[in-house]
Amino acid sequence: MKRSQFWDHTILVLGALFMLVPVVYALMTSSHDAVSIYKEGLQLSPGGHFVDTYKQVLTEAGGFTKSVTGLTMLWNSLVLGLGFAFGKIIISMLAAYAIVYFRFPLGTFFFWIIFSTLLLPLEVRILPSYEIVQGLGMANTYSGLIIPLIASATGTFYFRQFFKSVPDELVEAARIDGAGPLKFFIDILVPLSKTMIAAIFIIMFVFGWNQYLWPTLITTDESLFTLVRGMKQILQVWIGAQIPDTNQAMALAVLAMLPPVLIVVIFQSWFVKGLVESEK
Amino acid sequence: MKRVQFSHPLMPYMLLLPQLAIVGVFFLWPAAEAIRASFYLEDPFGFGSTFVGLDNFKDVVSASEYSRTAWFTLIFSAAVTFFSLSIALLLAVKADNVIKGASTYRTLLMWVYAIAPPVAGLVGVMLFDQHIGPLNDLAHALGWNMQIGVNYFDTAFAMTVIAVWKQIPINFIFFLSGLQSVPKSVQEAAAVDCRSSSRRFWTVTFPLLAPTSFFLLIINITYALFDTFGIIDLVLKGEPGNNPVTLVYKVFLDGFRGNDLGGSSAQSVILMILVFALTVVQFRMIERRVHYS
Amino acid sequence: MAGIQLNTLRKIYAGNVEAVKGISIDIKDGEFIVLVGPSGCGKSTLLRMVAGLETITDGELFIGDRLVNNVEPADRDIAMVFQNYALYPHMTVYNNLAYGLKNRSIPKDEIEKRVRKAAEILEIGDFLDRRPRQLSGGQRQRVAMGRAIVREPAAFLFDEPLSNLDAKLRVQMRMEIKKLQKELGTTSLYVTHDQLEAMTLADRLVVLSGGVVEQIGSPIDVYEKPASTFVATFIGSPAMNLLPLAKSGNEWKLDNGATVDVKLNTDLSDLILGVRPEDLVIEELSEKFDTGLHTALTVHVVEPVGAESYVHGTIGEGSVDVVVRAPGKLHFEPGQILKVTAKPEKLHTFDTKSGKRIELEGALETA
Ligand SMILES: Nc1ncnc2c1ncn2[C@@H]1O[C@H](COP(=O)(O)OP(=O)(O)O)[C@@H](O)[C@H]1O
Ligand SMILES: [Mg+2]
Repeated sequence: MKRSQFWDHTILVLGALFMLVPVVYALMTSSHDAVSIYKEGLQLSPGGHFVDTYKQVLTEAGGFTKSVTGLTMLWNSLVLGLGFAFGKIIISMLAAYAIVYFRFPLGTFFFWIIFSTLLLPLEVRILPSYEIVQGLGMANTYSGLIIPLIASATGTFYFRQFFKSVPDELVEAARIDGAGPLKFFIDILVPLSKTMIAAIFIIMFVFGWNQYLWPTLITTDESLFTLVRGMKQILQVWIGAQIPDTNQAMALAVLAMLPPVLIVVIFQSWFVKGLVESEK
Repeated sequence: MKRVQFSHPLMPYMLLLPQLAIVGVFFLWPAAEAIRASFYLEDPFGFGSTFVGLDNFKDVVSASEYSRTAWFTLIFSAAVTFFSLSIALLLAVKADNVIKGASTYRTLLMWVYAIAPPVAGLVGVMLFDQHIGPLNDLAHALGWNMQIGVNYFDTAFAMTVIAVWKQIPINFIFFLSGLQSVPKSVQEAAAVDCRSSSRRFWTVTFPLLAPTSFFLLIINITYALFDTFGIIDLVLKGEPGNNPVTLVYKVFLDGFRGNDLGGSSAQSVILMILVFALTVVQFRMIERRVHYS
Repeated sequence: MAGIQLNTLRKIYAGNVEAVKGISIDIKDGEFIVLVGPSGCGKSTLLRMVAGLETITDGELFIGDRLVNNVEPADRDIAMVFQNYALYPHMTVYNNLAYGLKNRSIPKDEIEKRVRKAAEILEIGDFLDRRPRQLSGGQRQRVAMGRAIVREPAAFLFDEPLSNLDAKLRVQMRMEIKKLQKELGTTSLYVTHDQLEAMTLADRLVVLSGGVVEQIGSPIDVYEKPASTFVATFIGSPAMNLLPLAKSGNEWKLDNGATVDVKLNTDLSDLILGVRPEDLVIEELSEKFDTGLHTALTVHVVEPVGAESYVHGTIGEGSVDVVVRAPGKLHFEPGQILKVTAKPEKLHTFDTKSGKRIELEGALETA
């Protein structure tokens, strides 16, 4: 028993290190100065330039980007993550409510239309999507960035599953209690879904924050760059430089991963529950 | 659906309207457009297009580069799926075993889920860098002259390692929750029936994990096909050259860089069929799982 | 308060499932009616049509004098208690009770008054601030009852409200429901598959099978004069023994050749004889009756259930299983042959084909 637990722990520690070390490199390297990194390679121990580096990437334009600061990119990421999560939750809750709780002509038809979006990820219709959004004048706008991403019905699917698991008797009791559809939704269904909403919110925030391909295409104006969108820009400048600002590149990478990582770790149990439940 | 439903003349349509509008404009329209464009040859100077039937598909499939890309995609997907699933399974089994520190391990092994693929890609590129990357030093010490971005195999290797690293957490989460939902009574019955713990795992626990594994298999294939885009884009540093790319990356390259609208669309349609098949299989599995439980 | 009238109600579900096949019941004001029958016989469907949760395919439904076929559930002036209680999990007990009243724009102090009163009657006053999940099964049941009471409706509808409780609590709540209903005098329609629950609660029983009414009557009537073999075996536990009975010359005989001394006015040559386990008497332990049924019983097993014993066996060498319910702790060996007997007025006869009751002449005289 003791022996086997020892090996269990060994393997787990190795696994944890495997996941952790690359990020430790990023974090530690960002606290050194560019020249010493250039000379000595990536760093595993803290250096003395932590505050400098982060102050510089957050507040100063130039370097990797021409006109935009890390703070602006952070803000854009936040707008994308929050806008996507809120938009998705509101829209998909309403749609799922209609699908599960109403009987109406064409209901099944609309259901299939919406769920057909689960069949084709954005990547396989990327070119026409780009052209249409651009044609609508939505390129380089927040709405062009966020709304097309909401088209996929994952959220609707999750809420539909959840609503279906709410006991039928609840809506029956509510009807006998004199609640109409709107009252039932607001008084009963939404409060009942609180945990589900929180879980989906976390998943969607992370998903939105981490978007790459779509922002890459639709935002060419630097002032709309998200941190994740900026990664390639950063890499290209980094490659081209004589003595690259590896510390700053790593600092931006750390900033790009920090908020979603914090949220996932802090709200771990909700997040895991939402993830696992919603796939059922 | 519910036994009792509301009937209201307008409300359901109003509730559906936002979703339907977005789906119509940003999903159906582009999807239809992609299918339409796959049958047309676009004039590169924007002077209209001609219907060419299946020519775009024929051109795509017969190009040797396409089959090379398809092969790479297949091998890359298989490798990413296999390694991320098996490492995650091993870790999940161990995490399910340990008594002390189980929740700490869970946190330490899942948090990377939140990191975006291109961010992982950036950090990965630096770790593999020829001048400053410790992984490159390690390879050198082992006598491997690693040249990411230059050598085809080395580049593919780096892509795979980063993609696996990024995908382990989600597999781990699902495996662990699958393991934890194996009823205690079943585990106890197995412990009574069979002394060898590894035999017990393969004959009792693993079969019970089969639905989870199958579900993850699909998720991982989809991930390897589509969500690795950010990793690949960063590892290639925007310079594909002779380096390996996946089918999805090629759609992007041909469409946005090569301006080959018809060819890119035809490739999109081929991918659509592939994803469609995967999704259908996945739905059937989910339905079955619902019946079992 | 009001009576409820069901006029040949029918329900056909999508897929052409006819769950309720033309049922008429006239429920008087203040009456406690229990719908009883095996699972799937259409009890819930019927109740839910009364509640307005299912549309009525055909027929008429009156609550009071009002035709309510197309009236919303909330406007039918009924309250319903569900099997799983259907309490709103995120609301306190108080709000669970008050919700229906708030939706009817009843003044706040009136709501408060009614909720307090209901809570007092049901002894849930201490839990008003708790949420359903912090309550035991029995307490939740009371809250569900409370939600019905505060509404002061014309009728209560119950769909197997005690099925989720353990046996002991079930008996206790059964008595409370009965008492409460008598105190409030509210017309009640109660669905259960448990015949004992049905017997103890009902003013009148409605026995359903396959979407049709088998019998309507007071519990004692239904027990003593079951209208069909279905009712005979469904009501009462252990179930009534059914034995084939054939005419041979002028006499009626069991399949083991034993003669049954009954007077019957029928042209039929075979029948089904019914006798309840407690009406079969073991001759060795008691007196012998001159007329009625006399036969030998081959013992298989004896089940002691405390104050009495169930003797399982077969009639003669025949194949028909029979249960005898006899007082005391009995010891018989398997294979032992006993003589059993029953009074003629305790015998029931049924048509072999239709299963319908046929009255015995002798029984009619003594009744
Ligand atoms: N929503 C429905 N759609 C189709 N058939 C139904 C539905 N609800 C019940 N049934 C069928 O109607 C019959 C009666 O059901 P129900 O009234 O629930 O029976 P009970 O409550 O007596 O057990 C059953 O055969 C059942 O399968
Ligand atoms: Mg029922």
